[in-house]
Amino acid sequence: MSYGILFDVTQCIGCEGCMYACREKNNLPDNSEHKLSAKNYTVVKSKDDLYYRQMCMHCEDPACASVCPVGALEKTAEGPVVYDSSKCMGCRYCMVACPFNVPKYEWGSANPVVSKCVMCYDRVKDGKMPACAEACPTGATTFGNRDELLKEAHRRIDENPDQYYPHVYGEKEAGGTSVLILSSVAFPEIGYKTAGYDKAFPEYTWQVMKEIPNVVAFGGIFMYGLWWIINRRMKIEDGTMTTHMDGKEQE
Amino acid sequence: MSAASLKEKYIGKLTFWKVVFFIVVAIGIYATYVRYFRGLGASTNLSDQFPWGLWIGFDVMCGVALAAGGFTLAAVVYIFNIKHFHPVIRPAILTAFLGYLLVIVGILFDLGKPWNIWHPLVMWNPHSVMFEVAWCVMLYTTVLALEFSPVVFEKFRMEKPLKIIKSITIPLVMLGVLLSTLHQSSLGSLFLIVPEKLYPLWYSPLLPVFFFISALMVGFAMVIFESYLSARAFNKSLEKPLLMEIARGVVFMAMLYLILKALDFTRRDAWGYLFQANFETLMFWLEVGGGVIIPMILLSIPRIRRNQTALFWSVSLVVVGLVMNRMNIAITGMQRSAGVTYYPSWMEVFITLTIVAIGFAAFRMIAKHFPIFETTEPIPAPIKKKVKVSVRSKQALLETS
Repeated sequence: MSYGILFDVTQCIGCEGCMYACREKNNLPDNSEHKLSAKNYTVVKSKDDLYYRQMCMHCEDPACASVCPVGALEKTAEGPVVYDSSKCMGCRYCMVACPFNVPKYEWGSANPVVSKCVMCYDRVKDGKMPACAEACPTGATTFGNRDELLKEAHRRIDENPDQYYPHVYGEKEAGGTSVLILSSVAFPEIGYKTAGYDKAFPEYTWQVMKEIPNVVAFGGIFMYGLWWIINRRMKIEDGTMTTHMDGKEQE
Repeated sequence: MSAASLKEKYIGKLTFWKVVFFIVVAIGIYATYVRYFRGLGASTNLSDQFPWGLWIGFDVMCGVALAAGGFTLAAVVYIFNIKHFHPVIRPAILTAFLGYLLVIVGILFDLGKPWNIWHPLVMWNPHSVMFEVAWCVMLYTTVLALEFSPVVFEKFRMEKPLKIIKSITIPLVMLGVLLSTLHQSSLGSLFLIVPEKLYPLWYSPLLPVFFFISALMVGFAMVIFESYLSARAFNKSLEKPLLMEIARGVVFMAMLYLILKALDFTRRDAWGYLFQANFETLMFWLEVGGGVIIPMILLSIPRIRRNQTALFWSVSLVVVGLVMNRMNIAITGMQRSAGVTYYPSWMEVFITLTIVAIGFAAFRMIAKHFPIFETTEPIPAPIKKKVKVSVRSKQALLETS
């Protein structure tokens, strides 16, 4: 079963309970950076009277996992995109590739790791909900089966059409994400980029990567053929190889 | 041996460039210390908003492209069998080999956990372009080492290994060309996954193709560039007729590149971006105008190809244009979406300079002590042809009699 998180901007009161619960769960130091960083896997931001969370969207087909050369990032069957620092070599391609700019880095460390929300994978495996969802006092952050959360999101929009902007962010963005967001205003206004990239990002790369065997096979045969023809002609020309009318070749 | 004569032997006369070299390397060593003991944050201007900078943009992406002369010329000599280019192949392969070694050094600086650099050997993710890049670097550096090995075997008169390596030259060269094709193009493919981040002047589904063609273009240019500098440094005569021919290769590749660019801009409907008053457009014009169009026009004029100084400066434009292209893609084109301006820290710059300086010094040392430049021409091409004709006519005579 694939889990997800539904975050409803209209219900968030900006208490930052999720932020503190996340810090405690992940042993992150207290800080006042107030942005995603190696110290904050989620933050609550505000615009006018709206509060909204930033966190890993846990894409269904994550760009970060597809670009990681050593498979340190991985999409689990349960939904969370997890990270194994023992595999990581620190190329930071995940940070470049993530369409939501989520993975952050321990720049101050001589042995740095990538930092991002992993949807409390250990808790999820134990049948518990992520720390942030448990801490939320209003139900703005809810955890559950992604399919059911998606239905719930559409139900809320249908029942209160004037309260919600008619779009479930994460249903199709970047090929769909495990985190779904509802809002009362258009998403770009509160920093959720839409830009119409509904294709899963790994596909941009895969349409080229899948041609590699063809390039190797075609290139190899073409080059060998070229060399064979040119070399044979030159040998015949300078007399080290002769061809006779009976078709026999002699070196 | 006294200290003075030791110094004489290993350091020699202190020239201006040697002093520059030692100062750069000394600062570079300090920066290296900061990088490894205090981390990337203390030594670079990289950040969560801008995770790739000078080391990826220049040391890796330009390093690989500027090493393209190796496989380009190997293909010309061994696969197309245009043997009279033989005198310039060894310097080209040495440049490529050193280039790749320095790229690996650059990667070791840039990786957050460089001691895990071997991980792609055992931890596979074939969907990752970076995985492809890692394997291409490893395999092609090995191929380059083998392609270069005859020089070492010759120097130490090791007949047997020399014979073995010469017997596999052709498959080795073909493998090298295939790996280079994949590697050059894959550096472009790295950016396919950022359609919303890379500025539209550079983002294109054809990025891998552009990287490959521009690598061929600069591969030819680098052979000329490096032959000219070597000729000056080692007081030897320039293989001018050869270089004039190679210059035609640059022109051809530049034309191909521009035609593809035009088709690409049309297909993506991106012509409008060429005429906007912003930093990206300026950099793009400098890159393509100064680094492709102008040298293409210059090099297509025979009078300029014949003049070795003009030839050198024309191909220098191509080299600078290529460097701008890779840096524009890795840095200029990514800044707007990142919302920050990145410029390298002085430590990033000095580590890069140190790597380049060591590259130059290594080339000089190897060229001095190993048979890199052919001193005795085998038989110049035109005369060879005459010999062929006479052999033939002899045969013809024998057959008729």
